[in-house]
Amino acid sequence: MNLHEYQAKRLFAEHGIPIPPGEVASTPEEARQIARDMGGRAVVKAQVLTGGRGKAGGVKVAQTPEEAETYAKAILGMQIKGLTVNKVLVDALAPGIRQELYLAVLIDRGKRLPMVMASAAGGMDIEEVADKTPEKIHTVHIDPTLGVRSYQTIYLAKSMGLPRELWNDFHEIVAGLYACFKSNDASLTEINPLIITVDDHLMALDGKMSIDDNALSRRPRLAEMRDFDEEPEAEAEAREAGITFIQLDGNIGCMVNGAGLAMATMDIIKLYGGEPANFLDIGGGARADQVATALRLILSDPKVEAVLFNIFGGITRGDEVARGILSALEQIDTSVPMVVRLAGTNAQEGLALLAEADMMTAATLSEAAQKAVAAAEASRGVETAS
Amino acid sequence: MSILVDKNTRLLVQGITGREGTFHTNQMIAFGTNVVGGVVPGKGGQSFEGERGKLPIFDTVRAAAEATGANASIIFVPAKFAPEAMYEAADAGLPLVVCLTEHIPVLEMISVRAYLDQRQTRLIGPNCPGLITPGEAKVGIIPSSIVTPGTVGLVSRSGTLTYEVVFALTQRGIGQSTCVGIGGDPIKGMDFIDVLRLFEADPNTSEVIMIGEIGGNAEEQAARYIADHMTKRVTSFIAGLTAPPGRRMGHAGAIVEGKSGTAEGKIAALEAAGVQVAKNPDHIVEMIA
Repeated sequence: MNLHEYQAKRLFAEHGIPIPPGEVASTPEEARQIARDMGGRAVVKAQVLTGGRGKAGGVKVAQTPEEAETYAKAILGMQIKGLTVNKVLVDALAPGIRQELYLAVLIDRGKRLPMVMASAAGGMDIEEVADKTPEKIHTVHIDPTLGVRSYQTIYLAKSMGLPRELWNDFHEIVAGLYACFKSNDASLTEINPLIITVDDHLMALDGKMSIDDNALSRRPRLAEMRDFDEEPEAEAEAREAGITFIQLDGNIGCMVNGAGLAMATMDIIKLYGGEPANFLDIGGGARADQVATALRLILSDPKVEAVLFNIFGGITRGDEVARGILSALEQIDTSVPMVVRLAGTNAQEGLALLAEADMMTAATLSEAAQKAVAAAEASRGVETAS
Repeated sequence: MSILVDKNTRLLVQGITGREGTFHTNQMIAFGTNVVGGVVPGKGGQSFEGERGKLPIFDTVRAAAEATGANASIIFVPAKFAPEAMYEAADAGLPLVVCLTEHIPVLEMISVRAYLDQRQTRLIGPNCPGLITPGEAKVGIIPSSIVTPGTVGLVSRSGTLTYEVVFALTQRGIGQSTCVGIGGDPIKGMDFIDVLRLFEADPNTSEVIMIGEIGGNAEEQAARYIADHMTKRVTSFIAGLTAPPGRRMGHAGAIVEGKSGTAEGKIAALEAAGVQVAKNPDHIVEMIA
């Protein structure tokens, strides 16, 4: 789960990291009031869970409260990469910027340790920095039993060319960012840019934070921070039902048990000339009602021209899946062709149940994908003709 | 011969009285696994009433291991308690621990893995289907009906995709030495390299199938290991060519981060190491037959 900038920065502040004073507004009037309270000059920033806000015109510097209101009016309701802006952060304008730095804590899977990543090349896309000038990125790994040690932050500060006077403050910020990472079960805490002001202070101007979804059950406060408006409706409904669903742009809907098999099914659809319309993992031991919800979600996408079911029963039982498909079809009136491939636990029972329904069956995944692609082409032909 | 589990495996089931624990304990016993007891804190002294007889239940792994001579354990407890169960099994000195539990926080697994690295315990999982040596022992939930004894070793990050490939092998009469599902989590116990090393050394494994997916760099590391150390043929499939970057595809592990961890990169690394990579998992069988 990703947090908004304002949420991330508030958590940073709880760990002693300096941030500019600011408040969140959902209306232009609120934005004006906040700007006035902060002395007039402010930055109005779209709060939306995607990058590229600046380029999209979602970040503006206002010289007066009235200007803050005007900008907020333009930004609120704006679409950035398909997401609607519902809130703006109104931050006090930071003192002049001497330099922009980059600082993040994330997990290095290979070393199986949290890692601090820092760079003097802040304010830009860090992946681009890593790609073009990897020598400008400096890292240290944190032993969870030791925490951040001062020799590590001195190494980073020295590598980045930070003036000696800032080393202590920098250490406090790195230690704070790591504490914030650890105590919130984050998979990423990132400050970009971390600025050096003209009066030689460090300050987190922007903040990004991703939380490990598996930890939300033990972090109820963070779970409450989820912005439901930012999640596509279908994906939210799937999550509620315990299904993983990701909408894509293709024409063939698929329902599979297991993430690896679901990805492989998508790959094979593509291999045979189709495009997957979604990723959908019904998980292990899915019940009939979950299967019905899943099918409803797939069919709610008008681009779907055929549906492919690929269920390899282990914990999941073929007959249970078949019952879910049948119950969904009772509720939904659809002419979208469907191809079913069931194998493993209770596959024969499942196929027997589906024999009465108007569905194609396949013995292998390849056969199923080929039939689904052909059916999608055929249904497109019918539509064009009529 | 095989790797990790065989007729000499003496298995404890942590969480034997839960729904999954009960069902799969019966399945494992029916397959021929020597299950010697269960561990459920607070239920020590009671018995597990299995379909094929009773098994003793203990409060702790330590007591269970002392009483039964167990040399492996499988964990069927919820995510909240699974780290505790792994620490306990390792502390009791069991050489093999298999954890099926999904949804364990990553930072928790970093601590578990660091602890296990100081011990002699091998961990499979978490978030995995376990492993199976056809004709000898099954420690996990891989469906018994899809395997057959033979000499092809299989290692995979995925669950049901593994079943798909194993079943295709069995249908073509190609048997397996051991099938190992290492799980899809970013921080786990044994990784591809650890299992490949065992297959290379196992006289009864003639060749290996490796099934990977997007995310992380374990496949790239495995490619280097294969090039430098493997004499046996390795055939592979990598899932996720069509997965869009930055999206989590159900597994904690299956996510493309920036430019690293892509299916293209993994396939290129494996092919450079002399591994044949199938474009379709159904084709693996033809490639090795």
